[in-house]
Amino acid sequence: MLSVQDTNTPVTFSPELISKFADVVSRYPEGKQKSALLPILHLVQAEFGWTSVPAMDKVAEYLAIQPIEVYEVASFYTMYFLKPQGKYMLEVCRTGPCEIVGATPIMEHIEKTLGVKEGDVTPDGLFSWRGVECLAACGFGPVLQIGPEYTFYENLTTESVDKLIGDLKGKANN
Amino acid sequence: MARKLLLEHINVPGINTFDVYRSKGGYAAVEKALKTLTPDEVVEEVKKSGLRGRGGAGFPTGMKWSFLAKPEGVARYLVCNADESEPGTFKDRYLMTHIPHLLIEGMIVASFALGAKTSYIYVRGEMMPQIRILEKAIAEAKAKGFLGKNILGTGYDLELYVQPGGGAYICGEETALLESLEGKRGNPRIKPPFPAIAGLYGCPTVVNNVESIAAVVPIINEGGDEYAKLGIGRSTGTKLISAGGNLRKPGVYEIDLGLPVEEFLYSDEYCGGIANGKRLKAVVAGGSSVPILPANLFLKTINNEARLMSYESLADGGFVSGTMMGSGGFIAYDEDQCIVRNTWNFARFYHHESCGQCSPCREGTGWMEKVLHRLEYGHGKMSDMDLLVDVSKKIEGNTICPLGDAAAWPVASAIRHFRDEFEWHVTHPHEATTRNFGIAHYADPLPKLEEAAG
Repeated sequence: MLSVQDTNTPVTFSPELISKFADVVSRYPEGKQKSALLPILHLVQAEFGWTSVPAMDKVAEYLAIQPIEVYEVASFYTMYFLKPQGKYMLEVCRTGPCEIVGATPIMEHIEKTLGVKEGDVTPDGLFSWRGVECLAACGFGPVLQIGPEYTFYENLTTESVDKLIGDLKGKANN
Repeated sequence: MARKLLLEHINVPGINTFDVYRSKGGYAAVEKALKTLTPDEVVEEVKKSGLRGRGGAGFPTGMKWSFLAKPEGVARYLVCNADESEPGTFKDRYLMTHIPHLLIEGMIVASFALGAKTSYIYVRGEMMPQIRILEKAIAEAKAKGFLGKNILGTGYDLELYVQPGGGAYICGEETALLESLEGKRGNPRIKPPFPAIAGLYGCPTVVNNVESIAAVVPIINEGGDEYAKLGIGRSTGTKLISAGGNLRKPGVYEIDLGLPVEEFLYSDEYCGGIANGKRLKAVVAGGSSVPILPANLFLKTINNEARLMSYESLADGGFVSGTMMGSGGFIAYDEDQCIVRNTWNFARFYHHESCGQCSPCREGTGWMEKVLHRLEYGHGKMSDMDLLVDVSKKIEGNTICPLGDAAAWPVASAIRHFRDEFEWHVTHPHEATTRNFGIAHYADPLPKLEEAAG
């Protein structure tokens, strides 16, 4: 069982993470540090697996903005997870061009294989999955991506999905 | 075979590295622009080229640049729109993945032309691999003296940064993109003021699509007049087309504008025809937002002339019998595809992506999705088609940004051209869940106008 953060548990940002934040902030003019919010939330999510309220509060403090300015952004954009997810979140494109080459059967297969509904986490904490909107890879559908690296898997078949899930299980158990 | 201006070297091993890109003549446009031209002369070349914005709107790039306000002592920005999310479009991902230095080179030349000292490439957040590719390319270019202080000893300084988005289609709209780049929700701004006057941080800003910026490189290398010789009429130069759907050879193709659509669709140089020997039923020519056309109206205009891949020819007939070039997101539908299901899928997309700022779009996109869902799943009513057209008309033109129009057009056009298929879903609700309507008359030759009139 993977440990997932309790929503109320305070988070600590490591010095390495803070130095990555500082690098992002340096890209914008003086006083425009709020521009760093989206990139910083990506860094937080890559580190902790999701963006918890305590983490968002710390980000607000770091950027000297109000917590609500962070919440409203994290809840507007689809990439930020407001609750813990599986270690591997399989995001399958479900929009038109992928749909006509078989996105729905792929999602049905994933649901059956993992045994969890869209948005839920497998009991071992390894996987979750969801349908997402167009991933701009329409010539190579069906496609899915897995964060935080956002590795891409194209021209999916049920066989290639089985292999992918098997490989990820193997990777997690090593 | 048509000349390639952007993708000529795409298959050269290592073209994603500075050294190989440079050995193929890369960064010559930076040298030429910074050392031999003034910023205004660069703008003039782009104007002469007739280049039209490749993100979808098709507005002349040189003209957009010339609108940029230049008040003394105020920073100016160039922001590249790499938030590629229009369903059917994947050319920018392809370009950034395989030939990132072309975009970097274009950014340097364009920033110089506009007098920007800091420029950003806003890449959709899901493209993390491409973000890393671009950051590596920027570091390489900087190490070789093409970015940073005093570029090539000319005294011009430029810093270039990559900004990730957060997964929101709306941020492809330029003012939503700027809001997002400022660390806010992607709510489009009311225009005017246009970004050319008050854009990023309230400063004059130009926002250009990846392909538009990349096209500046051949324009500067060869001259605007030479570029304008390619293409047809006001559709000058080459265009990247993202070809997807039920095609034998999907992929990204660089075409001379003006190529006959039939040749693009069926020749082995391009899409190679429809996959699995099936017949073409319908085409979305320029990304999910543009009107869908049945095969017969796509291949020929209403006057029975062969349709061309150009801004004008695709738009021939207006929305009654034509469509739009859009972003070049080309989706082909074979005879087994269901137009009702596709329209519902797109409606769901726009409902999901509406930012919620304007009521007609926020409420209307959800309403259309709901009605299309019931039609697809056998609970539709005969009055639903008129209802959908009515809702779409009330969204269109009544929103701050074009997402409302983009949501309305695919629904209205699907009903305009495929009404009998929608009606069949109402009259045959059970059958519609087990089989598709098929190709019907959608690929039949168009009636001659005189016959139709007679």
